[in-house]
Amino acid sequence: MTTRRERFEAVGNQVPPLIALIVLWMLLWGEFSWLNLLVGFLVGLVVTVVFYLVPVQLSGRVHPLHTVVFLVRLIADIVRASVEVAWLAVKPRLVTSNAILEIRLRTRSDLILTWTAVATSIVPGSIVVDIDRESSILYLHVLNMRSAGEIESFRREVQNTERRIVRGFGSREDVEQMREVLPANRRVRRSQGKGTS
Amino acid sequence: MSGVLHDVLTAVLVLAGAAMCLAAGIGLIRFPDVLSRLHAATKPQIFGLMAVTADVAINNLSVGTVTLVVAIVVFQALTAPMAAHLVGRAAYETEHLRPDLLLVDELRGRHAAR
Repeated sequence: MTTRRERFEAVGNQVPPLIALIVLWMLLWGEFSWLNLLVGFLVGLVVTVVFYLVPVQLSGRVHPLHTVVFLVRLIADIVRASVEVAWLAVKPRLVTSNAILEIRLRTRSDLILTWTAVATSIVPGSIVVDIDRESSILYLHVLNMRSAGEIESFRREVQNTERRIVRGFGSREDVEQMREVLPANRRVRRSQGKGTS
Repeated sequence: MSGVLHDVLTAVLVLAGAAMCLAAGIGLIRFPDVLSRLHAATKPQIFGLMAVTADVAINNLSVGTVTLVVAIVVFQALTAPMAAHLVGRAAYETEHLRPDLLLVDELRGRHAAR
């Protein structure tokens, strides 16, 4: 028994993926014409109806400058880490020392969790092994971790990625939450949580 | 002058891409277990792909190639982590990993509790 309002929202939730599909169609054809727009719309409509996706809760907020900061930083990280992993592969006397780390994120939004997972795992050196969605925990397999200090700085790195993503296109609540929890008192809160549970 | 710059840029990008793919191949053989091999198999290659496609875009500069390059890189960047995650997770669940190579394993306790 869906009300008219709910049905309206369900349709509205399918609009962003539809637009993304139309843009993709035009990207693949390599030209932006009215005919492409029309055909892209029809194909997108068929794909959206036939392959129904669970609606994603979008945040409804985009900060262009912070998004650009995030993307530039992401590309820089990919380049730096690619060279590191490549060097690790070819250097003489290979000693591997890896780690599987539990990294708690502050967000409760699926969108930010997904973006953080994708962003950390396209940066070479880390793979998402498991995700605990309810408590926003990423389990990452990290290459070449040698000391507790390196582990801590890697943790901070992932949490900073999350922060950049939230600043770029997180929802207003996420941004507020991010302001309350500074990176410095993260560890205190975490150890307290462990102690009581 | 711009011709020389163009040639140098082309050479650097293609060589960087090739070097990354070579390193990925070497890493695939040299790394000791499934999870670390995944790093070699999926990651340096994204940068390699970015370099090669950027080179193609520079040499055939048109709206069509640039948009296609953007689509290729975005989709590679979105799908490679998924594939790595699925293989990695399967490897972990079936215990195809060498615990002696891990400095810490913070997932171990969670799995035992489940």
